[in-house]
Amino acid sequence: MSVRRVMGTEVEYGISVQGQPSANPMVASSQIVNAYASSTARARRARWDFEEESPLRDARGFDMARQIADPSQLTDEDLGLANVILTNGARLYVDHAHPEYSSPEVTTPLDVVRWEKAGEQVMLDASRMAAQVPGSTPILLYKNNTDNKGASYGAHENYLMRRSTQFAEIVRHLTPFFVSRQVVTGAGRVGIGQDGRDTTADRGFQISQRSDYFEVEVGLETTLKRPIINTRDEPHADPAVYRRLHVILGDANLAEVSIYLKSGTTALVLAMIEDGFIDRDLSVEGAVKALRDVSHDPTLRHLVTLRDGRRLTAVQLQLEYLDLARKYVEDRYGSDADDQTVDVLARWESVLTRLERDPMECATELDWVAKLKLLQQYRDRDGLGWDDAKLHLIDLQYADVRPDKGLYHRLAAAGRIERLLDDATIEAAMHDPPVDTRAYFRGRCLDKYADAVAAASWDSVIFDLPGRESLQRVPTIDPLRGTRAHVGELIDRCDTAQALVAAITR
Amino acid sequence: MAQEQKQPRKSSQEETATEEVVETDVAERKEMIDEDVDAILDEIDEVLETNAEDFVKSFIQKGGE
Repeated sequence: MSVRRVMGTEVEYGISVQGQPSANPMVASSQIVNAYASSTARARRARWDFEEESPLRDARGFDMARQIADPSQLTDEDLGLANVILTNGARLYVDHAHPEYSSPEVTTPLDVVRWEKAGEQVMLDASRMAAQVPGSTPILLYKNNTDNKGASYGAHENYLMRRSTQFAEIVRHLTPFFVSRQVVTGAGRVGIGQDGRDTTADRGFQISQRSDYFEVEVGLETTLKRPIINTRDEPHADPAVYRRLHVILGDANLAEVSIYLKSGTTALVLAMIEDGFIDRDLSVEGAVKALRDVSHDPTLRHLVTLRDGRRLTAVQLQLEYLDLARKYVEDRYGSDADDQTVDVLARWESVLTRLERDPMECATELDWVAKLKLLQQYRDRDGLGWDDAKLHLIDLQYADVRPDKGLYHRLAAAGRIERLLDDATIEAAMHDPPVDTRAYFRGRCLDKYADAVAAASWDSVIFDLPGRESLQRVPTIDPLRGTRAHVGELIDRCDTAQALVAAITR
Repeated sequence: MAQEQKQPRKSSQEETATEEVVETDVAERKEMIDEDVDAILDEIDEVLETNAEDFVKSFIQKGGE
């Protein structure tokens, strides 16, 4: 494979009720999700179907006992919190104390960007709709990962992989990639340490929002003792054929190029791991510390020590992976490589080359550089130290989802950040599903037969049909079936859910 | 914002000018960049939340995931 792969992202948004810091975040998150659900759902609201969820399944081959699991790990219990499926195939729900948007399954990096950005617009609309409820206080949403007071929340990526790939090989080759990819994918953060208080030596800015919250190299947890490689193994697909690699260390990105390169380069590295192509050992000494040290040095000069004794900067480590990926694509596809694979390789190389020369050359493409440049301009103009509240505010407000208030949005509107997609394309993806995965079937059913869909999940759509006593569950276990090519014409032709289910089960 | 999108461009005549002129040009360009930075900071000043300290302090989250 190339950059093409079944992928999706899940973003938990920071949430605050204006002027009420002690407001209950679960209530506020429910208000966001419910406001969107009730103003968009035309009929009954399909609930999420938990039957296939197994959050305690470990990729290493065992299940954690429910009794010893932290309550925050039990995501499959329907706590009555808001939880809806959208016509674009995404899931919008309350996860712990945050509203979360899980994108539909897509197959290309550009589609990851498209449906993740659509999620930002869903959150924006949701907050506007919630504000229209009489007596409500405005709720502010941020696409970031920390409050800078010790709490962090995630922006996870999911990649479907072949089950036959040894997990140890994934750990071995992916860990050095993850330690270093933040130079491309970091969102930038003012503050060092989990509580953001370490401002010694005028060292106030770091590349990643997330790196300080990682404590072990491999593990199942996502809320405590966070691991660089997460072993949660819940494929939402045939477990004999697939595993789902659940990546939890990424930052929530606003910049489209950051999101695009994050999924594109990771997909390429996974393809090389699956095909056993990586012939060199890039293992890093003390990966957890290296992850933080790289993040803490925005000059990109920090040297990471490899197990073989070599010392490389994070950019040089990325260049090793780029070199492998170029050879891999040449070896497997030659001149037949698809456009996005070629484009990802070219952009990756361009970004790394410029990061090595002068990181500021990437200020129109990468979140952390764009943010740092703005902060630096403020520091120069106003003589601010890194502990100045104004710089913390700029960091926070960069991620505000509102186009008039969010600083990312202001920079993008001023042409200072490169866009890959236009607004109309993103807006369409708020409603339309991707056409080349099972999300198409899910989304079209939700759109066309809303009255008859009782529940849905990644791997099923459940119909409640008039005249049938039991619910009719249509499994969608293969992520690459239920596409427009498979079922588009069928759904077009069936005016009712009864007709559809009859045609499918005939 | 509209004026931000118009990037100042040198005419081809200017590009073939003598070295002395090029030096002035660099100085002018630096000035333009400075003005450009001032313009974006002014714009952002206008949208930044008031009372940065309180605003940042009251952004308290629970962990997620």
